Amino acid sequence: MDYLLTEEQVMIRDIARQIAQEKIKPVAAKYDAEGIFPWDIVKIMAASDLCGIYIEEKYGGTGGGAMELVLATEELSRACGGISLAFAATALGTFPIILFGTEEQKKKYLPDIAKGKKLAAFGLTEAGAGSDAGAIATTAEKKGDHYVLNGTKQWITNGGEAEVYTVVASTDRSKGARGAAAFIVEKGMKGFEFGKKEDKMGIRASATRELVFTDCKIPKENLLAKEGMGFIVAMKTFDQSRPGVAAQAVGIAQGALDLTVQYMKERKQFGKSITSFQGLQFMLADMATEIEASRALVYACARMLDSGNTKVSKDSAMAKLFASDVAMKVTTDCVQLFGGYGYMRDYPIEKYMRDAKITQIYEGTNQIQRSIIANHLIKESAAK
Amino acid sequence: MNVIVCIKQVPDTTNVRIDPETNTLVRSGVQSIINPFDMYAIEEAVRLKEKFGGLVTIVTMGPPQAEEALREAISLGGDEAVLISDRAFAGSDTWATSYTLSKAIQKIGKFDIVICGKQAIDGDTAQVGPGIAAFLDIPQITFVKKIEDIKDSFMRAERMTEEGYDIVESPLPCLITVVKEINEPRLPSLKGKMRAKKIEIKKLEAKDLDTDPDLLGLKGSPTKVVKIFTPPPRKGGQILEGEAKDVCAKLVELLKSEVC
Repeated sequence: MDYLLTEEQVMIRDIARQIAQEKIKPVAAKYDAEGIFPWDIVKIMAASDLCGIYIEEKYGGTGGGAMELVLATEELSRACGGISLAFAATALGTFPIILFGTEEQKKKYLPDIAKGKKLAAFGLTEAGAGSDAGAIATTAEKKGDHYVLNGTKQWITNGGEAEVYTVVASTDRSKGARGAAAFIVEKGMKGFEFGKKEDKMGIRASATRELVFTDCKIPKENLLAKEGMGFIVAMKTFDQSRPGVAAQAVGIAQGALDLTVQYMKERKQFGKSITSFQGLQFMLADMATEIEASRALVYACARMLDSGNTKVSKDSAMAKLFASDVAMKVTTDCVQLFGGYGYMRDYPIEKYMRDAKITQIYEGTNQIQRSIIANHLIKESAAK
Repeated sequence: MNVIVCIKQVPDTTNVRIDPETNTLVRSGVQSIINPFDMYAIEEAVRLKEKFGGLVTIVTMGPPQAEEALREAISLGGDEAVLISDRAFAGSDTWATSYTLSKAIQKIGKFDIVICGKQAIDGDTAQVGPGIAAFLDIPQITFVKKIEDIKDSFMRAERMTEEGYDIVESPLPCLITVVKEINEPRLPSLKGKMRAKKIEIKKLEAKDLDTDPDLLGLKGSPTKVVKIFTPPPRKGGQILEGEAKDVCAKLVELLKSEVC
């Protein structure tokens, strides 16, 4: 389908595609098996100017936005949903600075991220605060010209590898979600340590760690927005980043379908290629249609964001929900179409199924997405 | 450090068809790419620029559509692009091509190094690089796998041979041809692609160059292609097994009967 991309968007898509197909695809299985962080690929992305495609030119980027981010994330994820996350999770960690940062904060942090010299990460989730983000127990106590952070963030993508972290902590736990604030924390700050690297089902090339704060002193200039706005920072960030996760899901699904069509053309049963069986053809047609529908939803949502529309929560949730459910369904069916080979680690397809699963869980579970969508529907109806 | 890179646009396949009538490549319907060996030449030139400063000028001789190859080379880090194109150049063999390119390089002006890929994957002659050096009357180092050092108008390079490599020194300016072992070409960058889209490509025709018309194109090409064919596959060898002593005796016997 022709999405009427600009010339620059086509260039970004082509560069990401070339990196994915020429550099990521050959090493995806190795990174998945060994669980190593893909620094060599990050360097290639940086050299190709991909790291700054959603950052303004005056901060060293190329001035794009959500659409550029989803195009690149989708293409990278077609080859590996884990490696693409080094890029996409950096965007997640950077959005709070782009959206709420002061001029000084932007000047300090964005140029190195845009050049790919530094990766970023976003720290909200805790052991007892996942979907219920208001329940965060990490505290930030103001003492003179700094804040003191205490607590542990869990399952943080890019944890330990990133240099810049945006972390949500509570300055007043009695206020719940209204007592939260967002901070920029740099790797190496005293009292900031990392927990063990998690052993995951999928996206294994991506690093997931705990962030442990023990009397970690943060200069007060590193507060994002204001005290009490932490939850808003997180929600607005997710509005921006959900199309990115959705694009990751579209890429994983498309990559799995590409491999499956190729395999089916070669696989012969009953004396002919299995692509000649109508029952299987119908499966292919359904998968392709659902992927295209996800893509259309994701791109429409990204364009809405880029137009400056701020009322995107419902649409952004729909894109994330739909694309990730499609990715899970498509990759499961792709494994089915590979038959016994699909279940074997020697073949690349089972990895896509493992990688797809996380897209239904993180950046708000799909159940939370449904709640967001339903709440908007009910509110919209009440306003009529 | 001003570097000129000569590139060629070639068909993107190792299995191009050959027209049996004309003995030339059938180019229609085949996607065009930059000759893969020239990609290493571009990369090496860009690395030299990054290290020593200066300009990388990309030059190609070909039909107007060779402009695409020049733009791609710019996206990979080239600074300026020159397209040498004229009907008068049609049918050039390696001699006429080297002559024309050398004249264009003289026209471009001052340079320190000319870099070419070791050969093009369509013609596979490996003659144009050395030919340019000969016409320009500058030293050449072919099959370079590493530039060891450049200083005081002097270059030391490792030149690949079948047994290993030679270390060769040459004064500058000189011409080198490069092999794939020399580097790993980078992928295009977004800023490079944007620049490539906008850059003005300098065009040179026969009248712009100080050339002898008799030495251009088909007229200036002494090569006559009599026949092009795929050589028959090599027949399998014979393996002698057994004790060394017996095998040696058998080998000597075979050599005497079959070779002598």
